[in-house]
Amino acid sequence: MITAGYLRCLRGIVVREMLRFVHQRSRFVAALVRPLVWLFIFAAGFRSVLGVSIIPPYETYILYEEYIVPGLVAMIQLFTGMQGSLSMVYDREVGSMRVLLTSPLPRWFLLVSKLLAVTVLSLPQVYVFQMIARLWGIEPPTLGYLTVLPALLLSGMMLGALGLLLSSMIRQLENFAGVMNFVIFPMFFASSALYPLWRIEEASPLLRDICAVNPFTYAVELIRFMLYVRIDFLSLGLVVAYGAAFLGAAILAYDPARGVVGRVRAAVDA
Amino acid sequence: MSVAGLSHRLGGRDILSDVDLVVPAGSFVVLLGPNGAGKTTLFSLLTRLYTARCGTIEIFGHDLARNPGKALALLGVVFQQRSVDPDLTARQNLAYHAALHGMPRGTARRRIEAELERVGLAAEADRKIRSFSGGELRRIEIVRALLHGPRLLLCDEATVGLDVRSRAAILSDVRDLVRERGIAVLWATHLIDEVEPEDATVILHRGRIRWQGRAGTMAADMGRGRLQDAFRSLTEEAA
Repeated sequence: MITAGYLRCLRGIVVREMLRFVHQRSRFVAALVRPLVWLFIFAAGFRSVLGVSIIPPYETYILYEEYIVPGLVAMIQLFTGMQGSLSMVYDREVGSMRVLLTSPLPRWFLLVSKLLAVTVLSLPQVYVFQMIARLWGIEPPTLGYLTVLPALLLSGMMLGALGLLLSSMIRQLENFAGVMNFVIFPMFFASSALYPLWRIEEASPLLRDICAVNPFTYAVELIRFMLYVRIDFLSLGLVVAYGAAFLGAAILAYDPARGVVGRVRAAVDA
Repeated sequence: MSVAGLSHRLGGRDILSDVDLVVPAGSFVVLLGPNGAGKTTLFSLLTRLYTARCGTIEIFGHDLARNPGKALALLGVVFQQRSVDPDLTARQNLAYHAALHGMPRGTARRRIEAELERVGLAAEADRKIRSFSGGELRRIEIVRALLHGPRLLLCDEATVGLDVRSRAAILSDVRDLVRERGIAVLWATHLIDEVEPEDATVILHRGRIRWQGRAGTMAADMGRGRLQDAFRSLTEEAA
């Protein structure tokens, strides 16, 4: 009985996010155009400049376009995760957040539901992109489209949890745009999305170290390996660990008794 | 609902000080106070948007701090500021609220239809909220607050920004709910003309309860001829 109530709540949150997404059809187009521009223009242009040696999970030489597809898939999830948190800030501004937070169900459950909703939303975008990439000649094993699904769920949850944490600290939509620039672009560029880590190390060991602590790197690698029907346990473990840490911090931040806002207020009051 | 010894500080300022308040089951209680009295902060504490650091809040025997789920399930809230998604339709907003309370879809659908019918907005169910007038929006928010069958309805300045006719209609609708369904209502307002002489009334000013009792006796208690003068004197004396 209680479980049914939780499931209804989860369903309601997912449906609302989907309705909002459907009402903003341009979001779907934008989410696809961004990685496609990278694939069709950037990758095609750099194909002859950037050679990629044989590195796992690839078993032969590959074209640069093939290398960056997992990174672009993760990019879609990164943007979707950040847009999900943007919707939390929007909800706070239009007042819907109060409705969510006054639900009798536990706040952690409401936040996890929101996170699942954002992750589910990213899946059709990712698969449509992969189908277009396939038409462009990027052909991972067909089974890979299935095996990559758990990786997409985990990486989507991790990136969504990061967005959720950020949204707890941002009071206005205007401020969020700045944070997007300071989070999305550094995360994307300082990762293995565009170049393998060994290549980055050749250019700058420091940059390689930064990439090695960037959670986005592990989301990309997890997706890359599972798209080719292999598992990278380091990436799997780190994506789960980063995701749990971000989610835990977000739940604390949204707790009225212990949240970031509460602590700031308490400090001011003291 | 009972509130005991509730205090709250925000930005180094006392917003509420030692507030004691009781809303008996099935009663209509007016929380009357000028702007900045602390009414919205009190509502934020009652709905657990803020956590009370000092004092206790019990809702039909459930301590809000210890058992928030059971306490919140018994509350319906109409916030002062708009709290519906403008991009969704009325029906979608209401269904979302029902889901947040874990209501089965069939029950939610029936209640949404019945409540919209009651407030005369059944034909507007599939219109986007963005196109609703202020009065219609408030009625939708009241419908939403009632969907899960709460025993206590909190209305924070629910008529603010509305014309006289819409205000009267909404107030009358909420009073009917008390009579017909036995729901308790805490009605926060700064408008003294919304108070009836027989209403249980609590005057809140600068975070403190200044007076409690039947509104009709306030003027006599304060040695004034009219309710308005008594309210003015209570809030001016304290200033």
